[in-house]
Amino acid sequence: MGGRRFSLDWLGAIPFLAYVAAFLILPSAIVGVGAFLDANNSFTLDNFVHLSRSYIVTSTIETTFVSAVTALLGASLGALLSYAIVTGSPNGLLRRLVVSASGVLAQFGGVTLAFAFIASIGPAGFVYLFAQSHGVDYYAHGIWLFDLPGLNLVYLYFQIPLMVLVFLPALDGIKPQWREAAESLGGNTWHYWRHIAGPLLFPAFLGAVLLLFANSFSAYATANALINQGQPMLSQQIAGALSSEVGAYEPGFAKAIAIQMIVIVTVVTVLYTVLQRRTSRWL
Amino acid sequence: MALTRSVQRTRRLKLQAFRIAIFALAAVFFLIPLSAMVEFSTRANNGSRTLEYWQSITTYPEMTDAIVASLQLAVITSFAMLVLLVPTMVWVRLKLHRLNRIVEFICLLPLTIPAIVLVVGLFPMYIWLGTNLSDSILTLALAYVVLVLPYCYRALDAGLGAIDVKTLTEAARSLGAGWFTVMWRIIVPNISNAILNATLLSVALVLGEYTIANNLLYNNLQVELVHLGRASAGTSIAVAVGSLFFAFVLLVAIAFVGGRPRRQRADPVAAVAGPLQASQA
Repeated sequence: MGGRRFSLDWLGAIPFLAYVAAFLILPSAIVGVGAFLDANNSFTLDNFVHLSRSYIVTSTIETTFVSAVTALLGASLGALLSYAIVTGSPNGLLRRLVVSASGVLAQFGGVTLAFAFIASIGPAGFVYLFAQSHGVDYYAHGIWLFDLPGLNLVYLYFQIPLMVLVFLPALDGIKPQWREAAESLGGNTWHYWRHIAGPLLFPAFLGAVLLLFANSFSAYATANALINQGQPMLSQQIAGALSSEVGAYEPGFAKAIAIQMIVIVTVVTVLYTVLQRRTSRWL
Repeated sequence: MALTRSVQRTRRLKLQAFRIAIFALAAVFFLIPLSAMVEFSTRANNGSRTLEYWQSITTYPEMTDAIVASLQLAVITSFAMLVLLVPTMVWVRLKLHRLNRIVEFICLLPLTIPAIVLVVGLFPMYIWLGTNLSDSILTLALAYVVLVLPYCYRALDAGLGAIDVKTLTEAARSLGAGWFTVMWRIIVPNISNAILNATLLSVALVLGEYTIANNLLYNNLQVELVHLGRASAGTSIAVAVGSLFFAFVLLVAIAFVGGRPRRQRADPVAAVAGPLQASQA
């Protein structure tokens, strides 16, 4: 009786587990196995050897660089914005609007964001036209918007809102009484941030930087909508190897690049964990 | 006494100045590109204002098809997500407590696997689906359900955490309610806010999805935006602004219907740190 009931209970979870197995685990397994197969489905390591092609190495470095820069900048600016929000009314109109807007900008497609920048500071955008009519030509040395510097700028547009979303709860946890307690013991603002708020918030901040890094690292839509020539980002290299348009349909290679991406994210995560353990000792 | 009061006053003034400066900078950075889109989509060749681009949206059948497809996908995805997730989460809470952490881990997993990586694995599966079952764009919903899992799990988990599922269910069962009645008339009304939250998040995500559709060669709203952007930038930007504001209005609606700042929504923080740490532990 007991055994039968136990197995019947498990039936309830089967639809969910089956669905996830089919559309999450199976695709992941296809990537994991397929990276070691050649066109004839026999074992090979060639896909990984191809990772040393110069354009992949360049992409890897540039993607990592862009992700690191936008993660650090986005986290710092987003933290400042979160602090400005959290010092206001917790149920205020401003806070709700900013949180909702952050939700849209952090999630909504990169295509729209790319368009927004093309329409504003792009060569036909009103900001550029205005600057040009006042004698400032910020594209004098080339249209950097459609290149890596532009990518950094546009990525910040969804990194900062994501930081606001993930950092607000951490800031909400800081009690004003702690500051009063610090003051009643003779501490000043610097002491408060150095010894109380800073150490409490630092792990959450580091975690958010990691999340932002992974977010930029896997971004594809923005880069694809902004940059027409070349494929500077790793995600675009995967798409290139998958599509036959470019002439090189290499599904095995696409899977190898995919695994490389996961490995890099994992390495960053491990570094983060080590760093977090260290900092809990320093602070 | 007077001294501390004046110290506090200067500090409050400093804080106000800081907040105003930050909000002003944020407004410049975030509102200029957005208003530029509105400006661009209403700019006529001779420099005057026109609604021509907005009106011409309907003259591009590919675009209207893509909008309809994306809206259908949003509805199907949200519905499938709820049918899959709500009963499972309730069941796990009631009967399979040891599965709780596994379900959570699985639901948050898509956050750590980039969509572009998922596409690589889905590619052969969709080739098979297309030749054997259906090549309709609506099959994308199958993949989208996985994409929205983390966000919807967090929203629903917060909702279920706020009610006593076990007591409510036992009370209903002891009064003779069947499982369907329990779900439909007891659980669902009690977590209606969380369900609304999860639904609107998945709608926003599906309407903004580009990576999977583009690489599986389906023309959804975002893919069509890029295509049309090459032919008529003005029209394309008009549609982009329209869909962005549509999503914004949806999210503002949750923020106000919810009645409080959506704190649980922001939880992917903890959520993300969790599976990342677990995956390499």
